Amino acid sequence: MSTLRARELIINIPGRPDGFALNMTVEPGQIWGVLGPNGAGKTTLLHTLAGLLPVRSGQVVLNDSPLKELKRRDIARRLGLVFQERQDTFPATVMETALIGRHPWLSPWESEQGEDQALAEQALAALDVDNLSDRLLNTLSGGERQRVAVATLMTQNPDIWLLDEPTNHLDLHHQVKVMNLLRNQAESGKAVFMCLHDLNMAARWCSHVLLLYTNGDACWGATDSMLVPEALERLYNQRLIALEKDGLSVFVPAQ
Amino acid sequence: MTRSLLGLGVMALAAMMLALAMGSVTVSLPDLWQVVQGDGSALHRTLVWELRLPRAIAAFATGGLLAVAGALMQVLLRNPLADPYILGLSGGAAVGALLAMLAGMGTLLISGSAFAGAMLATMLVFGLAHGTGSWTPSRLLLTGVVVASGWGAVITLMLAITPSHKLPGMLYWLMGDVSYARTPWPAFVVLVVSIGLIMPLARNLNVLARGPMQAAALGVSVRPLEWVVYLLASLLTATAVTTAGSIGFVGLIVPHMLRLVLGNDQRIILPASALAGGTLLVLADTLARTVIAPEQLPVGVITALLGVPMFLYLLHRSR
Repeated sequence: MSTLRARELIINIPGRPDGFALNMTVEPGQIWGVLGPNGAGKTTLLHTLAGLLPVRSGQVVLNDSPLKELKRRDIARRLGLVFQERQDTFPATVMETALIGRHPWLSPWESEQGEDQALAEQALAALDVDNLSDRLLNTLSGGERQRVAVATLMTQNPDIWLLDEPTNHLDLHHQVKVMNLLRNQAESGKAVFMCLHDLNMAARWCSHVLLLYTNGDACWGATDSMLVPEALERLYNQRLIALEKDGLSVFVPAQ
Repeated sequence: MTRSLLGLGVMALAAMMLALAMGSVTVSLPDLWQVVQGDGSALHRTLVWELRLPRAIAAFATGGLLAVAGALMQVLLRNPLADPYILGLSGGAAVGALLAMLAGMGTLLISGSAFAGAMLATMLVFGLAHGTGSWTPSRLLLTGVVVASGWGAVITLMLAITPSHKLPGMLYWLMGDVSYARTPWPAFVVLVVSIGLIMPLARNLNVLARGPMQAAALGVSVRPLEWVVYLLASLLTATAVTTAGSIGFVGLIVPHMLRLVLGNDQRIILPASALAGGTLLVLADTLARTVIAPEQLPVGVITALLGVPMFLYLLHRSR
């Protein structure tokens, strides 16, 4: 189990004032949702937390060690990331794609063994893409590719899961399936931190929410205390209608 | 996976035997077997051991070097159309070699000058493409293509001012010709050593092929890896060009064809490229020696005649 901490963190978005420094801890069992309008820096934040982009100031700490002082390989064993966009210049099968999740766990001379194969098969099955395992990635639909990407992270099996809009391109059933999978992972001790666009998903599945404003302001806390209509309306610059059904809050944009 | 490499190995051996047997004087298989055992006529022994074998090994090593260099650059630039020839590395080497020839230098200095030219071309392309931002693959490829046409202009200029008695040697060198190889061993050793060096990194390259961000997220130290691949690819190209002049398209078509058949696992593609590239050039060189015997064609003509339609075909069917 690992924790990921942001200390006085200001992400580096060119031309934007510093805004509000982030001080938060993502702990095992928690599911964080990052909400914010386009261009607020959600993806930049995610990449910064993964150590892929330099910070403007402050630091990201993984289990008491600043990310900067860790080797990429050691980071990749504890922290993994599903990107919003993926490159596929060269043809690759679904199975090969899931198996690259094992990369940080294998030494240079090792190749994937039966155990790695089994992990990849489990992950593909958990996301309903096991029947596609021999297909080439570029022949799949956007939603199928998205599920393969989540399966790759599952094969990597890090303690901390960062995901950039994991429900992108997914049909309703698979949106729910992926979110439930993330909840199961959190219950087994993983920490989940993801960018979302869907307020209702954040309300249903996230334990914590971080609101990121275009000017660099931010606030965070337990989901119930964060998802108040006034704050969300200011966040998106959009009037909302909040409904209540069986104790669940539902947000609908007003026209 | 081992089976396909074994198959390619057998093909390489068969191509070698063909290269030893064929030529202005045909050495039949039984005769060849005798020569291998240390018997056979003096003529056959000289033909096989002193003329044909060194040349076949030089051809094999050159083809292997170019194919592996191409495979590496394609992963580095994440562009299946990258190749030492297209990126202008061969052009830089050619300018170096022609300058040395023009100055009337000896073989060793021509080789050294070609090597320096190839390294200079690499540094120029990668340095310029780096610019103030990052190495974007398309920028790198574009820089390479533009620099390559610059080298082309310099070559034409040099040919135009060269006294006519020096022209044939230069033209042969420009088209690539294995008969220029004095000793095949340096190229062969570089090929074997670099395959040994790159194999532990092959899985890293598989991950790098998915893009630098994804690779970093999976534990690859991207920048050091990119430098290793870039330096190694330049060294391989420089060695190949120094051995046999500027031969195009091997680096492009060989990894491409292998990917179509074997997929894109670098742990297979890199050694397979060495074997298949070597085989292709041995066959092309045998063809070049025999097709209008006793006259010889530069082997680059054969590879280009094969390579151009192959390139266009692949480009046409790629999405």
